[in-house]
Amino acid sequence: MKDEDIVARIQKNPKFLKFVSTRNNYSIIMTLAMMVVYFGYILLVAFNKQFLATKISAGAVTSIGIPLGVGVLVFTIVLTAIYVRRANTEFDAMKDEIVKEASK
Amino acid sequence: MIKLKHILGGIAALSVAGVALAAGADLGQATKQATNWTAIVMFGIFVAITLWITKWAAGKTKTAADFYTAGGGITGFQNGLAIAGDYMSAASFLGISGLVFGSGFDGLIFSIGWLVGWPVITFLMAERLRNLGKFTFADVAGYRFDPGPIRTFAACGSLVVVAFYLIAQMVGAGQLIKLLFGLDYIVAVSMVGAIMMVYVLFGGMTATTWVQIIKAVMLLTGATFMALAVLFQFGFSPEALFSRAVEVHSKKDAIMGPGALINDPISAISVGMALMFGTAGLPHILMRFFTVPSAKEARKSVGWATTWIGYFYILTFIIGFGAITNLIPNPADYFVNGEVSKGLNGGGNMAAVHLAKAVGGDLFMGFISAVAFATILAVVAGLTLSGASAVSHDLYASVWRRGNVDSATELRVSKITTVCLGIFAVLLGIVFEKENVAFMVMLAFAVACSANFPVLFMSVLWKDCTTRGAVAGGTVGLVSSVALTIMSPAVWEVSLGNAKGSALYPYASSAIFSMTAAFIVIYLVSKLDNSAQAKKERAAFPAQLIRSETGVGSSSASGH
Repeated sequence: MKDEDIVARIQKNPKFLKFVSTRNNYSIIMTLAMMVVYFGYILLVAFNKQFLATKISAGAVTSIGIPLGVGVLVFTIVLTAIYVRRANTEFDAMKDEIVKEASK
Repeated sequence: MIKLKHILGGIAALSVAGVALAAGADLGQATKQATNWTAIVMFGIFVAITLWITKWAAGKTKTAADFYTAGGGITGFQNGLAIAGDYMSAASFLGISGLVFGSGFDGLIFSIGWLVGWPVITFLMAERLRNLGKFTFADVAGYRFDPGPIRTFAACGSLVVVAFYLIAQMVGAGQLIKLLFGLDYIVAVSMVGAIMMVYVLFGGMTATTWVQIIKAVMLLTGATFMALAVLFQFGFSPEALFSRAVEVHSKKDAIMGPGALINDPISAISVGMALMFGTAGLPHILMRFFTVPSAKEARKSVGWATTWIGYFYILTFIIGFGAITNLIPNPADYFVNGEVSKGLNGGGNMAAVHLAKAVGGDLFMGFISAVAFATILAVVAGLTLSGASAVSHDLYASVWRRGNVDSATELRVSKITTVCLGIFAVLLGIVFEKENVAFMVMLAFAVACSANFPVLFMSVLWKDCTTRGAVAGGTVGLVSSVALTIMSPAVWEVSLGNAKGSALYPYASSAIFSMTAAFIVIYLVSKLDNSAQAKKERAAFPAQLIRSETGVGSSSASGH
């Protein structure tokens, strides 16, 4: 079957729009989560330096800012990994089903 | 040691202005060191291996598709390493560890900024790029648009970003090589230009990809060894490492908290926006998504890339602290005249290199120096390739010849462009030798987030976007980001030498205004565009959406 016919059929399939909106909402939520965490950290640096310089416990040298900062790096990696995993399994399965239905 | 003072003074001035975030690619003026034969031999081995790979790749590079995208046959894991190799510059390795060495905590804020663009690419761009694109990001942005204007715009956006990034890399390369190998600046810059040209010219994307992969593995291995060696000294206790650092560092406990890096919130947010969204508009990064066979592999690549780059930034933080604890107690070996107050031999950016010697001796220091040089080669090769594709694929084949061109001719134009860009890069590197190029990478990010990213984002995700809207908004973003950056303190005062406080634009990055302006103009002009062409473009959106979301049609169209 030609690609144009498949495209025309996918367009008519209500599942397709549902799939697009599900995945786009997920992408947007993930992007917002990243923005909140990153800009939150930067604004903390701009407005509350004292807080970040506070020690993690009495007598310690390590400040709160260090685990928080490394936490932002780790959060970035983990958030990306979660998205990639879900997109490569769940979303790809949804997509494959839609394409398969249209190719019959 | 006037030059050293210049570096330290420069770093101090930048920190005060809050633009140290922008100083990523600048290695400052460097003093020539004694010829370092271990490093030169190690680097020679790297060049020999990569040239052998280039010879192998040349046999596989026959069509334009091979040249631009390695025939689309790179796996997600390989591409992830190559992206990391494309992105982790010598400046981020030496610059961030140097910043941590100098002011501790601030280096961490810096490195976070360079990582947060990756999730944005993952969530919004990676898969759509792969599904819609062929060779350049203009293929994606211009999928349903009038090819003439949109590709001309996209090629300009690409070339501006590539040019600024390239200048910063070339100047950094010259300074670094002078420092590490003890070679003359002009010799160093010409060598980088020549070797890079050989990679791209003969091996195209295949050779470039493998150079980037090898470099990424070398850099990650070297940095891991250094970080482990440092942690081992402290029984793997970060607390012990930090407490020793605070004990020996002249700033004492201040290195555990934020310093003067970010003072005004508007600059902080603006720089953050440039880094976060600019990454998704860098043509040499976007191009890497066309080298994988499917959307799934594209997502895997960006997942791996984010992991490696994030891991690398955590390592640089440990390396910076390791430099504090290993170098400061031995001033005679590492500091000018043996006095800590006079700074490190060769400048603040040498912290990681001196630490390499402290933990691994001369041989390991030679290895790290060679890695730093290899790093620059990998980055400039990627930049040149994306610049060449913008000229040959977008301007020549699509706009000028309207697609009526065979693969062989297009390939020839790419190669001619590669040679031109190589010569151009060397010349610019020489012209800008004495200049402070700290702002150039930031400018590249500002243009990428204000011109390339909004156009790409709106054309792919917004159904009502039209050619006129995209070109008008993108142009506004391009012009305003360049203009505001020139009027900002980092360029107006630090680089152009005008009086302090005379900058017309007071913030560290243009992004908050220029990126917003681009989005608003794209929206308004598209909404007001009622031409027949605009109607046709809106009508083409559903088909584009299906291809971008499902990939139907992309495999046959891209010819892999």
